[in-house]
Amino acid sequence: MRYIFDHPDRMLELTQEHVRLVAISILVAMVIGIPLGILITRLRWLEASVITTTGVLYTVPSLALFAILMPFTGLGPTTVIVALVLYSLLAIVRNTVAGIDDVPPAALDAARGMGMTGSQRLLLVELPLALPVILAGVRVATVAAVGIATVGALLGAGGLGRLIFEGISRVNTDRIVAGALGASVLALVADWALSRLGDILRRDVRPSGR
Amino acid sequence: MITLEHVSKTFTSHGRTVPAVDDISLEVGEGELHVLIGPSGSGKTTTMRMINRLETLTTGRILIDGRDIQTLNVVELRRGIGYVIQQGGLFPHFTVADNVAIVPRLLGWPRQKRRQRAEELLALVGLPPEQFADRYPRELSGGQQQRVGVARALAVDPPIVLMDEPFGAVDPITRKQLQRELRRIQEEVRKTIVFVTHDIAEAFLLGDRIVLMAEGRIVQNGAPSDLLRNPADPFVTAFIGEDRGLRALQFTSLGDVAQPVPPGVPPGGMVLPGTLSILDAGRELGIHGDAIGEGIWVGDDVGNPTGYLTYQQFAAVLGETLAADAEAPHDETAHAIHL
Repeated sequence: MRYIFDHPDRMLELTQEHVRLVAISILVAMVIGIPLGILITRLRWLEASVITTTGVLYTVPSLALFAILMPFTGLGPTTVIVALVLYSLLAIVRNTVAGIDDVPPAALDAARGMGMTGSQRLLLVELPLALPVILAGVRVATVAAVGIATVGALLGAGGLGRLIFEGISRVNTDRIVAGALGASVLALVADWALSRLGDILRRDVRPSGR
Repeated sequence: MITLEHVSKTFTSHGRTVPAVDDISLEVGEGELHVLIGPSGSGKTTTMRMINRLETLTTGRILIDGRDIQTLNVVELRRGIGYVIQQGGLFPHFTVADNVAIVPRLLGWPRQKRRQRAEELLALVGLPPEQFADRYPRELSGGQQQRVGVARALAVDPPIVLMDEPFGAVDPITRKQLQRELRRIQEEVRKTIVFVTHDIAEAFLLGDRIVLMAEGRIVQNGAPSDLLRNPADPFVTAFIGEDRGLRALQFTSLGDVAQPVPPGVPPGGMVLPGTLSILDAGRELGIHGDAIGEGIWVGDDVGNPTGYLTYQQFAAVLGETLAADAEAPHDETAHAIHL
């Protein structure tokens, strides 16, 4: 614990690196995963192959995935980000599909019957109603990504994982604890913040009404 | 005016073609409420859903004011037709006012105008806007949600409204209330309505015409009294039920059987509106019977007495209507003779 209090600046810097890695990865995963999920609800035959592929990706150990990616993306944050995106896709795609599938059929029938176009149905009805479920997927992915990102320090991507690997090589338990604790707290905070965001959006999801 | 010309729809299941709707021709006149009724699988809902093209017809034509709906833009067609479904189908994430104003929003009305229209309509369906406009559907009872559903269908004042078992999921007391409200609203707005139900009492209460369907075909299409007095075949009789007399009580109104006020009747006592069914009048008497004198005054809309029925006459009407069973064709003039 002492390390944390003795080096607050370094802790802050590493935490920022860590947050940046995770945030970029999750945002990219959302930009790919949510449209992919929507596509699956329209083209059902895609579902099996996409969910299987992302599911298999999810089971590859992070160290192995880094090793596989390295020849293409080199050492550094890029490799870690690509890996984190691949890991996050499963939860985000799956929850997007589940959230849209969960929209009450009566609401959809009414939307069609009242003359909404396909994109109006998506933007006014399906996505707003699926949002809490999609956000739950983002939460799961984010918490996992915070953990996996620690391993990324091996590739020189920075973040709190550096403390852990420094501690291992110097047999310095204090550093290991500082890194591990930092990552755990970060995961908890991210989880809490996203859950709050979900609550706020759920209450306030309403037509923007120009 | 909606015209269906030899409309059929077939589904393909397991390589076999199954007819859902089989050569239906139908004309729904301006401002009329036609009830499509029949057992499940009779094709009544499919028939209705073909009118706003939620289902595609296989053969035949559907015309609205003489224009083939297949030639119209489907989105515009639907925006011009009100649509009410069972359990409301409200959007849970929109407020009541935003739900009502959804079609105006799709049509790009300014916010102010949308809000104003929503408030007007909420008032029309008996939900004070100041109390309901900003609530969410989950905060409303089933009956209130259905009222919002009706208001939403009327938002852009479409000439045609399709209603798919709109009151099917609410309790019987609320249903009765909503049916009366719909009748009142219909008096006011005079829409061309196609109303799907499997509740025969509802059909008699609301329909200007009743279209009885079975196995994708129309078995009988007529005014409620036609179905009761001249059922086309045993199926119609069976579907309407054995208690035809009781049904007749529900759709014969007090005004139809009232007598001119005889001289020398002292004023005072109970005035019942002439639009009340005999059945409901009987209930009223059951509740308030002690409070009145020798008979019932029958009044117009504003309660001015226009006719009179003594207890004895009323009892005779009740008996007559109930007794008018399977074989005996009866009509309103029969009452006058017996009275």
